[in-house]
Amino acid sequence: MNPPIPVLTAPRRNLPKAVTLAHGGGGSAMRDLIDEVFIETFKGTKGAPEDQARFDLAALMAQGDRLAFTTDGFVVDPLFFPGGDIGKLAVCGTINDLAVGGARPVALSCAVIIEEGLALDTLRAVARSMAETAGAAGVPIVTGDTKVVARGACDKLFITTTGIGVVRTGVEVGIARARPGDVVLVNGQLGDHGAAILNARGDLALESDIASDCAALHGLIDRLIDAAPGVRMMRDATRGGVAAVLNELAAASGVGVRLRESDTPIRADVQGFCEILGLDPLYLANEGKIVAVVPPEQEGAALQALRAHPLGGGAAAIGRITDTRPGRVVMETRFGGERIVDMLVGDQLPRIC
Amino acid sequence: MRYVDEFRDPALARGLIREIETLAARLERGRDRPFSIMEVCGGHTHAIFRYGLEGLLPDIIEFVHGPGCPVCVLPMGRVDDCVAIAERPEVIFATFGDAMRVPGSRKSLLAAKADGADVRMVYSPLDALALARRNLEREVVFFGLGFETTMPSTALTVLRAAREGITNFSIFCNHITIIPTLRALLEMPDLGIDGFIGPGHVSMVIGTEPYRFIAEEFAKPMVVAGFEPIDLLQSLLMVLRQLEEGRAAIENQYARVVPDAGNPRAMGAVEEVYELRPTFEWRGLGSIAHSGVRLREAYAGFDAERRFAVKEVQVADPAACRCGEVLTGQMKPWACPVFGTGCTPDMPLGALMVSSEGACAAYYQYGGLRPPQLEGAA
Repeated sequence: MNPPIPVLTAPRRNLPKAVTLAHGGGGSAMRDLIDEVFIETFKGTKGAPEDQARFDLAALMAQGDRLAFTTDGFVVDPLFFPGGDIGKLAVCGTINDLAVGGARPVALSCAVIIEEGLALDTLRAVARSMAETAGAAGVPIVTGDTKVVARGACDKLFITTTGIGVVRTGVEVGIARARPGDVVLVNGQLGDHGAAILNARGDLALESDIASDCAALHGLIDRLIDAAPGVRMMRDATRGGVAAVLNELAAASGVGVRLRESDTPIRADVQGFCEILGLDPLYLANEGKIVAVVPPEQEGAALQALRAHPLGGGAAAIGRITDTRPGRVVMETRFGGERIVDMLVGDQLPRIC
Repeated sequence: MRYVDEFRDPALARGLIREIETLAARLERGRDRPFSIMEVCGGHTHAIFRYGLEGLLPDIIEFVHGPGCPVCVLPMGRVDDCVAIAERPEVIFATFGDAMRVPGSRKSLLAAKADGADVRMVYSPLDALALARRNLEREVVFFGLGFETTMPSTALTVLRAAREGITNFSIFCNHITIIPTLRALLEMPDLGIDGFIGPGHVSMVIGTEPYRFIAEEFAKPMVVAGFEPIDLLQSLLMVLRQLEEGRAAIENQYARVVPDAGNPRAMGAVEEVYELRPTFEWRGLGSIAHSGVRLREAYAGFDAERRFAVKEVQVADPAACRCGEVLTGQMKPWACPVFGTGCTPDMPLGALMVSSEGACAAYYQYGGLRPPQLEGAA
C-alpha cells in the first residue's frame, strides 16, 4: 500500500499573542484570524467563499412544519467560570431558546465582538469550547462574523449566536397557554449559574464548589415532549430566574401560580450563598434549567421522562396553576405562610445587614 | 442546611403560633385596639414578609415596621452629597449594593454610574481598601452606612488604612446609632406601641444594656430577636407574655449570637474612630440629637466630608411622601397617598420603597395578599 499523499496546505502564519485592531480591518490579518481561530476550530471551509450558509428546504420540511428562529447576545463576566465559559453559554443558550419553543435545533451562527488586546489564546479557548459544545449537541455553527473594537469599547469579548430550528408537527407551546390545574415542573436545582457567576467574580471571597448548570437541553426537552405531548409551555429560566418566567407566564396566561417552597429544589450550598448575601435563589439565573407547565394528567409521565435524562435527575413539581389572583405568583412558605414572588425591578442587590 | 433549617421548622412554628393564639385570645378580652409590636430592624421587616408571618398570626397582633433600615432613613441631601463625591473624576466610589438605588434629588448612585461616575459595589469596607491599594492614583471613597452592625467594620478598616499608611482612602460616614432614635420615638406623645422586637445584629455589638431605659423609663417590653421565623415567633411570644404579666423588661431571645455585654472589641474600635455628631438628619423623622457619628479629629485624613468639603445640602422630602408617619407606625404603607401609584420600587419617591428592608417595598413586593382597601389606614 502506498503511503498517504501529504496534503499541501498554505504555510501557517504566525498570529500575534493578542488581538489588535488590524484583525478587524478586513485585510489579511482578519482573514488569518478567522481562518485559524474560528473556521479551523468549527471545521468549516477556509477562505469562506460565501458569506452565508444554505439549507435544503425539503430536508428541513421533513422534520416538522414550522421554522423557528432566535438570537441571543452573551456578555458574561468573567469569560470563564466553574461549569462553563462564554462560548459554551452562547451555544447552549441559543439551542435552549429554540428547544423550549418545541423546535429541534438545526444550525447556529456566531458573531463575535472582540476588544483589542484580548489574548489570542483566550479567544482560541472560547472557540474550542463553542466547537466542543456544538459538536456534542449535534448542532453545527455554520456562519459567523468577527469584529474588533478599540479598548474600552466592549468588555473583552461579546458573542451573539443565532439559531434556526424546526418545530415538530403537532407541538403547540406558548407562554399564554397555561390553564388552572396545570402543574409547574423544573428539571433540577435552581440558581446554580447565578451563584457560580457571582462567586467567580471573586469579590466575595467565599469558598464554594458551586458550578454553573450551563447545558444544552434540546435532548431533554425532546424526551419531555415525547412523554407529555400536551405540554403547555417551556422556558429556560435564565436572567431573572424562575421568578421572572413564572411572572411572565401568569401575566400572559391570565392565571395565578402557586409555588410550594418545600418542593422547590435548591442546593444547600446555593441556599447558603444566598443566605449570606441576602439574595433569593428564585431570582438567580439558570443556564441548564427549564420551567415546564404540563396538564395534570401528564405530570407523572413528564416527571418520569425528565428524571430519566442525565440533565433532569433533580426534576420536581414545584407548584400549580390556579384561577385565583390572576397575574400573581404566590409562594407557600414552609410553614404555611404566603408571600408574593414579584418581578424584580433590576438586579438583586445584596442587603447590608 | 444546618443552623438554618432548625429555625425554619414548620412543626415548631405551628406550636409557637398556637401558643401565641391562646395567649392573644386571653389578652384580647376587654381590649378595643390591636397590640402594636414594633420590629425596630429592617432585617426583621424583611423576614416577616419573606416568611409570610403576618398572615399566620391572630388579627389582634399588628407589626409596626420601625426605623431600623439604614438605607431608608438616609436623607436625600446625603445621597446628593454621595453623588457629588462620586462624580468627581478622581474618585472611585465604593458602596454596599442596596444603597445604589436610593434616590437623591437629582439622581441615584446607579444613575450617576450610568452617567459615567466610577461607582463600585463592594461587600465589605475591606474591599474598598483593597481598591485603594490597587488604584494609588485615584481617590477611593467608601460609603459608610448602617447602624452599630456595620460601624465596627468601617472603623477597623480605617484603623488598618492608618496602620498601612494608605492616603488615597476615605470614608463618607453616614453611620447612625439607634438608641437616640428609639428614645425620640418613645417621647412622641401619642405613640401607640405596646412592645418592641429588638434588633439582633446591632445588639451583637452593643449588647442589651443600652435598651434598659425602654423598660425602666417607658415601661415597654423589648425582646432582642434573631432573624429566622422561629426567632421572630418566639420573641413575639416573649413580648406577649410580658404584656400578660404586666412586666416590662429587656429580654434576649438571640442569646446564641448576642452576649448581654455585646462585643467589647468591636465597641473599642467604634470608640477609637468615631465621635457623636451634635445632630443627624433622618429621612422622614427629621434631625435627632446625637444620632449619628463622624470620624474623630485623629482620623480626619480619612474623612471624605473634610477631604472633599462636602456641602451638606439639605433637601426637603417630596411633599407627597409620608415616610415619617409610616416609620413611626402612625400610618400603614398602603395608606400613603402615593403608595403603589406615584411611588413604586421602579420609581421610588420615598426611601421606604427603595430597599427590600423598607416597609413600603416589603408590602409592595411581598404583601398585597389581603386587599389593602379592606384593611384601611391604621
